[in-house]
Amino acid sequence: MDFTSVSFTDVSRNFGRRRALNRVSLRCDAGEIVALLGPNGAGKSTLLSIAATLLEPSSGTIRYGDQDLDRELRSRIGLLAHDLYLYPELTAAENLRFFAQINGLADAGARVDRALAGARLSDRRDDPVGGFSRGMRQRLALERALLHDPRLVLLDEPFTGLDDASSVALVDRLRGLRSHGAIVLLATHDLEVIEGLIDRAVMLFNGRLIPIDDGPGPLRDRFRRAGR
Amino acid sequence: MRFVEAAWLVTRKDLLIEFRSREIVYTTLFFAVSCLLVFAFGFVREGRAVEDAAAGVLWVAIAFSGTLALGRAFERERQNETLRGLLMAPIPRAALYVGKLTGIVLLLVAVELVIVPMAGIMFQARMLEYPAMLAALVLTGTIGFAAIGTLFAAMLVRTRSRDVLLPVLLYPVTVPVMIAGVRGTAALLADEPNLAMARLWLSMLVVFDVMFVTLALWTFESVMTE
Repeated sequence: MDFTSVSFTDVSRNFGRRRALNRVSLRCDAGEIVALLGPNGAGKSTLLSIAATLLEPSSGTIRYGDQDLDRELRSRIGLLAHDLYLYPELTAAENLRFFAQINGLADAGARVDRALAGARLSDRRDDPVGGFSRGMRQRLALERALLHDPRLVLLDEPFTGLDDASSVALVDRLRGLRSHGAIVLLATHDLEVIEGLIDRAVMLFNGRLIPIDDGPGPLRDRFRRAGR
Repeated sequence: MRFVEAAWLVTRKDLLIEFRSREIVYTTLFFAVSCLLVFAFGFVREGRAVEDAAAGVLWVAIAFSGTLALGRAFERERQNETLRGLLMAPIPRAALYVGKLTGIVLLLVAVELVIVPMAGIMFQARMLEYPAMLAALVLTGTIGFAAIGTLFAAMLVRTRSRDVLLPVLLYPVTVPVMIAGVRGTAALLADEPNLAMARLWLSMLVVFDVMFVTLALWTFESVMTE
């Protein structure tokens, strides 16, 4: 049960009378990092939630390779959302172990150790997450999202709260994911950080998808041109 | 992943969090004991309790403290949106329901282990005369109440006025469970215990449990889909 692309076709999503997404069509392939840019409230998180199977589109379709949504597909999707999906009462290791086990991973112990090392939290493994700084929780949540080696990696503002070293480490990590054939869909406002990392960028504005040209010049300039 | 294994993982996680915080057990226990105390002042005169008061007060305490536990159990999942993390797991969503339900029932049973003997002392009720039958009545009633309560609490987790809506929706639907629980317990605690009547109410509670759990398992997936 695997896939090498994810395709949104005419996806719309309404919340009451408000239209958060308006006929969005987008295809992302394996080994590709696609940046999802746009102002606050443009619909980026809604699109990621739909891709993560947490929201159903009001209309349109989303396909994972040639498959529709199936429960087993969820084992191939990892989401780092704005809320970090971590239990503050549990320790870092307990949080990761729980999510490893609930994802049915056989080698949960070894994966937890690797993930803690990846988050540079091995020495804090037995500390409750509630006492962690935002940056530490962000690193741990990223490892939680990647614990099961997902094919589709969905990241909503992954650089929030990270210091310079952690941001550089995350960029390296994303390059590694791309080289291993992951599909990475990344919503962010940190344009300078992702410059040189992403393969292409698209912009959401008032729920509509606008392509950003691949031409020369800084990403921020191209993003501003697309928004005019 | 097998259904039972997934449900147990959720229950174990909830119990571990509760073991660390002791928030639900302490608050529900405090609330239930307060409830017993207040009613004891009203229903015990000159050392004698009003007839059937023990059964009624016991189930009121269970229902009120149970509502508190239900709300808090799902509030925890909402605060850090961990519920969405659970919904993304490749497990049947009904397993998530069963896991949450089991955790809530176990917490309520822990509270009941204190308040049932306490109600016996305060209302001079012979709680230990038929302990197995009383335990069966309390357990089946708790399962029935929590079964529908867990579904409603999950449904309301994203609504703004969930604290108000939960009891408003829950109490009317669980009236049959409460009546069966009160009448069964009263039959057992009467001066001349009526075991046949207690068995009849117990069997009704079992029927309610089966109905409510089936309904919840059937609807939980769609309730959780936004």
